[in-house]
Amino acid sequence: MTKAFFDHISTTPLDPRVFEAMRPYFLDRYGNPSSHIHDQGQAALRAVDQARAEVAALIGAKAGEIVFTSGATESNNLAVLGAAEGAGAGKRHVVVSEVEHFSVMNALIPLRNAGYEVTILPVDRNGVVDPDAVRKALRADTALLSVMHANSEIGTIEPVGPIGRIAKEAGVTFHVDATASAGHIPVDVREIPADLVTLSAHNFYGPKGAGALYLREGTKLAPRTFGGFQEMGYRAGTENVPAVVGMGAASILAGREMGAWAEHLSRLGKTLWDGLAAIPMLHYTGHPSERLPGHVSFWVEHVEGESLLLFLNMKGVMAASGSACSSNLRGHDEEDLVASPVLRAIGVPSDICTGSITFSLGKGNTADEVRLAIDALPGIVERLREMSPTYLDYQKLQVKGG
Amino acid sequence: MAAGPYSEKVMDHFMNPRNVGEIESPDGVGEVGNPACGDMMRLYLKIEEGRVRDAKFRTFGCGAAIASSSMLTEMIKGKTVDEARAITNQQVAEALDGLPAVKIHCSVMAEQAVKSALDDYIKKHAG
Repeated sequence: MTKAFFDHISTTPLDPRVFEAMRPYFLDRYGNPSSHIHDQGQAALRAVDQARAEVAALIGAKAGEIVFTSGATESNNLAVLGAAEGAGAGKRHVVVSEVEHFSVMNALIPLRNAGYEVTILPVDRNGVVDPDAVRKALRADTALLSVMHANSEIGTIEPVGPIGRIAKEAGVTFHVDATASAGHIPVDVREIPADLVTLSAHNFYGPKGAGALYLREGTKLAPRTFGGFQEMGYRAGTENVPAVVGMGAASILAGREMGAWAEHLSRLGKTLWDGLAAIPMLHYTGHPSERLPGHVSFWVEHVEGESLLLFLNMKGVMAASGSACSSNLRGHDEEDLVASPVLRAIGVPSDICTGSITFSLGKGNTADEVRLAIDALPGIVERLREMSPTYLDYQKLQVKGG
Repeated sequence: MAAGPYSEKVMDHFMNPRNVGEIESPDGVGEVGNPACGDMMRLYLKIEEGRVRDAKFRTFGCGAAIASSSMLTEMIKGKTVDEARAITNQQVAEALDGLPAVKIHCSVMAEQAVKSALDDYIKKHAG
């Protein structure tokens, strides 16, 4: 059976060329970059430094501005908590958008507990943050502004350029979570006036367990891990050398091939987008044009997300639900089931929020795979609707009304 | 075929749900849950001589919700009203070879649906 993976926003397959670059660092070159008096340590140190330059080149940064971490969650935690603390005693206010990842949102919990004031910026129905709202939210005591580059659930690309210029004028440290965008669309710190940028290797065909935080020269950041002096003191602990090397290799590939990938993804994404338009009562989410290439997200009236995904999986089509209502994101308390914060933020009515579906295409996907999804969906939607009491009521209303 | 977090039995009842539909002039109807919380079940009962002669359902919900609904209808058919009322969510979950912890509420919904439908039956027949 043909299997089609359309969940690249959760992770991407490792590019075999990246794997080849990493391979020697598992068995042959096992040194610790901090213990570099001998050849093994030297080889590891050189590899990490080279990867640092490669990752920096992807986003137009200097090598010395890249701090390696274990991934996006750690980078986001470090950015939010580190910048809040680093801003100094007088600055006790943090501003974030309503659609940030959990690793930004939940990092606000300890800040609130410590007495910080948090302002949450709303988004419009396409999920876009209004730069004017940013301007109004920033204050003299604002320590940090955090707005993501692209949203994984609905694909919308945020106007981080204009927002960054506002932050710069206000003298506020600006963090951009570029986990979903880096390696897919240009992320250039010479154009985006961000002080901190989160990157994740496994989101652009690199390995899991490697991420980075770009730290613009002069930005004040307090560390969150304490130990040795690795990563300029911002992130103690021995580097995950093979993964760091992989992140460097993935950065080179992305820098070179991103344009071709995006073209391929945009073409396939359009085919998928257009191919779903015939399904009645299907609503696309996110911005119609300012969105990640190959990202198609939607919800379908009278259809629950997980059921749809299970049926799709049986047909070999692997997609994801962006909704917190479904599966593993359900609250610990069964009574406390909440709609996806992102869908709520863009005003999707909560009684149908559970139908949120995200297709995120990757460079390896083919037109045949997209066709498989387009062919499978209408029948699954119909089958689930036939089972749904809400659809039955809807039909009865239609008959009465007509 | 087992898939994701579910047992083979759950997947069987999800992919091939038993007793989906409506009953014309049912003796009892129960509706529980809310689409806003992710699932909603409507259960129709035909009751003759104190026994559940037929049961049909419609459910909006996840795989576990649909499988729990399907399993419940199988379990209550032929049972007396009192036996049907005594069915617990644990029994529904066990009959499905277990549910993931976060999905137990789906079996609770099935238990509540039958109680709600039987309450409706009693109300109709008391009047």
